[in-house]
Amino acid sequence: MKPAPFTYHAPATVAEAAALLGEDAKVLAGGQSLVPAMNFRLARPATIVDINRIRSLDRIDVGAEIVTVGAMTRHRRFEEPIEPGPLGRLLAMAAHKIGHLPIRVRGTMGGSLAHADPAAEWCSIFRVLDGRLVATGPEGSRVIEASGFFDTVFTTAIRPDELIETIELPRLADSYRVGFAEFSRRAGDFALVMAAVVLDMDGETVRTARLVVGGAADVPIRLEACEAALAGQSLTSDTIGEIADLAAESVTPLEDIHASVEYRRDLIRAMTRRAMAGAT
Amino acid sequence: MKSVGSSIRRREDPALLTGRSRFTADLTSETLAVAFVRSPVARGIITGVEAPPETLVFTSEDLTGVGSIEPVLHRPDYVRIPQPLLARGRVNFVGEPVAVVVAGSRARAEDLAEQTFVDIEMEEPMLGAEVAYSAVRTHPGSVSNVVVEGAMSTGDVDRCFAEAAEVVEISIRSRRQNAFPLEARGAVATFDPVDGRITLHASTQMPHVLRTAIADLVDMPESDLRVVAPAVGGGFGQKMALPSEYAVLVWLARHLESSVSWIEDRRENFMSSFHSRDQTYVVRAAFDAGGRMQALDGDLACDVGAYSCFPVTWGVEPLMAMGELPGPYDVQHYRVRSIGVTTNTCPMSPYRGVSRPVLTLAMERLMDVAARRMGMDPLELRRANLVSTFPYRSATGVVYDEGSYVQSMDEAARHVDLTGFRARQEVLRREGRCIGIGFSVFSERTGYGTPTFAARSMEITPGYEVVDLSMDPSGRVELRIGASPHGQGLVTTLSQLVADELGLEPVDVRVIHGDTDRTPYGWGTFASRSMVICGGASQLAAQAMAGRIRSIAGSMLEASPADIVLDGGKAVVAGTDQGAAIGDIARLAHHQSHRLEPGAEPGLHARASYDPAGTFSNACHVAVVEVDVETGHVTVERFVVVEDAGLLVNPMIVDGQIAGGVTQGIANALFEEIVYDQSGNILTTSLLDYLPPTVSEIPAIEIHHLETITDASITGAKGLGEGGTIGAPAAVLNAISDALSHLGVEVFEMPATPERVRAAIRRAEEVVRG
Repeated sequence: MKPAPFTYHAPATVAEAAALLGEDAKVLAGGQSLVPAMNFRLARPATIVDINRIRSLDRIDVGAEIVTVGAMTRHRRFEEPIEPGPLGRLLAMAAHKIGHLPIRVRGTMGGSLAHADPAAEWCSIFRVLDGRLVATGPEGSRVIEASGFFDTVFTTAIRPDELIETIELPRLADSYRVGFAEFSRRAGDFALVMAAVVLDMDGETVRTARLVVGGAADVPIRLEACEAALAGQSLTSDTIGEIADLAAESVTPLEDIHASVEYRRDLIRAMTRRAMAGAT
Repeated sequence: MKSVGSSIRRREDPALLTGRSRFTADLTSETLAVAFVRSPVARGIITGVEAPPETLVFTSEDLTGVGSIEPVLHRPDYVRIPQPLLARGRVNFVGEPVAVVVAGSRARAEDLAEQTFVDIEMEEPMLGAEVAYSAVRTHPGSVSNVVVEGAMSTGDVDRCFAEAAEVVEISIRSRRQNAFPLEARGAVATFDPVDGRITLHASTQMPHVLRTAIADLVDMPESDLRVVAPAVGGGFGQKMALPSEYAVLVWLARHLESSVSWIEDRRENFMSSFHSRDQTYVVRAAFDAGGRMQALDGDLACDVGAYSCFPVTWGVEPLMAMGELPGPYDVQHYRVRSIGVTTNTCPMSPYRGVSRPVLTLAMERLMDVAARRMGMDPLELRRANLVSTFPYRSATGVVYDEGSYVQSMDEAARHVDLTGFRARQEVLRREGRCIGIGFSVFSERTGYGTPTFAARSMEITPGYEVVDLSMDPSGRVELRIGASPHGQGLVTTLSQLVADELGLEPVDVRVIHGDTDRTPYGWGTFASRSMVICGGASQLAAQAMAGRIRSIAGSMLEASPADIVLDGGKAVVAGTDQGAAIGDIARLAHHQSHRLEPGAEPGLHARASYDPAGTFSNACHVAVVEVDVETGHVTVERFVVVEDAGLLVNPMIVDGQIAGGVTQGIANALFEEIVYDQSGNILTTSLLDYLPPTVSEIPAIEIHHLETITDASITGAKGLGEGGTIGAPAAVLNAISDALSHLGVEVFEMPATPERVRAAIRRAEEVVRG
């Protein structure tokens, strides 16, 4: 349980960090996934680029349309709403489900997205919000949309010589309702399944919907069929039940020692139902 | 002031809570570190071991003159399989140590171990108790995969079943677990260049037995080895078995004439320490029309892994299950067959309760199922069958001293307000919520000494405890014990017992344990024995010393020793103000020994031993749970314990033992499970996958006491270290089944994971839908 040998750098700027990155390098943000993986020798980077000293990466800017989050912003910052609208509410719902307090104090939003564990709350949230992020490498910065970010488990559109600099999340008008539900074996465990929903409401009728299931497959899944079926409906328990059934049918879940395919479908049904029923 | 009976604070805690206690891992400075190269496959033939050049690496071939671990049961059905300290020729489970690498640091040792390749010709592994009668032997050339087979029959079981008004049969499955001590194993072997002696600091529950075992294995005089158990972060049985790694360390220290250390990491602990409770039972009972159980028939199988654990052997689970299955129920027509099956998995060792959590689960599920089938109240069915006259002799010949089986159940029912609960259950069911209540009544055999262990036919038969007590000239005493506490609070409770006998305060009593140089030979701390046996010996020694003090005080004060009372640090003539400080008496005994009666031994010493047959604690557990029908998730919302452990020396410590035990029992019931795949790879090697509950999953545990005092224990205290773990799984699974009774769902497998509970609900829903 000791990591394989590596060299360690702690640059002070994003440019310095980018210059150190490459094929055998890994960015150390909060370290809540990387360090255990290194101790198990599942990850054995030759170089560690610790970005904890880059102060500019720890910030939240609430703009009129967009909230810009520095990659090194710790999970804990989102436990209280960062803005008064539905976005702040949704982020707080999810933040409370991330690990335990010590994990939330260390772990970061940028690190979580870059790691791309399909059971990570921020990955589903990023996807359901249609967020985007800015990645910086030796050739400068580029914008990556949530829809094109997740490739598969632990794999994203970020290149080995890039790091996430900021995450941009759209603010939501007061007509939106948001919901989040997840199921884990114990408090603080990785979710076996989670569901996040963003509903633009016209009174009691859904104008448009976005629904994401996380932890069930290799990446967070947008349930477009469910979203289409929700549009124009009012949120009766019958409607919600039908959409939840549709959600369970439209994902082919992964299997592991905690949940079979069949059980994950049950959880998808339950969590999507609860996210919709609990949306506020 | 008497201290026994009062909840004084634990004397162990200040050092533990402020991080000043010294654990084995705190003692590794200036030692070489070792890492074990472990088998990556479950079964195969070793064809070569290749290490990087210059690596200090040792394999079985290097360990010349070293023996194998081969504990013995004197039973005709017992199969002896030697376990080499490092795999020899074959590997038999994933994680088995094949080679050992020595380096300057653990990190470097891990680097080298990782680069050391073991070539293995893989074979199909033998997995699961179903390989019992396979033509392929887990250990090629051995007579059977059934390495222990117990069977017995009393009365006329067949007739009872033929005449029964109701026959109920259930199958119980307990999945494999790891005792999961917070501190994994670890040891430091220190070489003394002056005399070549080795001191082994080791995380263990049994320092003396460890010394004997290792000295025999590496063929050294036992006196050349000192074993010390420093602060130990939990054992739960996993540390009462001999780890081959500790013996390798002692061999290395002698061979290299250097000090070496091994601190096990969590992954190693999950893979290669010891596992427990991989058991399958089929239990059948015959009832008459009134609900009296006429006969019980059990077919029990335990997967005991690749090797027999020293000293208790791989017979411990199947044979305990056979001997104690009826638990607190009176049934004289009893038939049972119980086997231990060797497989290509991590070896088994005892874990808190050993087989009793599983057999209690079997009996208590049986009671609920039978009651439902017969339309009886489950508590009335229990009442009709619980042992209620004492002493009671069981079908297996075990004598139960007085307990409070029926009373504990009635008390528990009163505390939970069963009528109110049923009303609330109905209301919530109408809202689609499922709550349930489950009872578990059980006995806990504790404090058994050599006579009881002898019945198991172990070559090494534990049981007695010896203590040495001495008073120094200042009037303080030192109690040296063979027991080896590691979290039980025995320093506190023994000092309470001794202080009361001597008229001192607990703080005046220093308890020395866990050091073979400083303590009399003893068996260590396990099997809920230390308060009863070591406590009994301590009380006897203290009484002997008190008698000697009274005698000296009598001559000093010109009074009869019988009239001397020891209290408040003084020896006082009863009913007078005449007295002498105990410190002054101690001075006299040491420094004015010419004033003692002629021929008297100077100083103040006492040695005592105690070796009882054993006693039975008992309890009733009640769990209240809510089951989430959509997800199968179970929340334990309330847990009530009515415990009878005789005299409570320190009620706070007793409650702590119960709360910790119940927590492990709930862990067994709902969370913890070691999983192997079909190739024999272990899949649960981290805390991502092996799930001990956290404080969020465990409710506040309500504890009530009954105190039945019997003469089976001279202190009046009965053991209770394991009871919490024994009773809790049955209460939880009964509660889940009660919560889902309207759906026709019953659960018989632990842990009752959400996936399993949900699958049972889904099957029931499918039946309803047709």
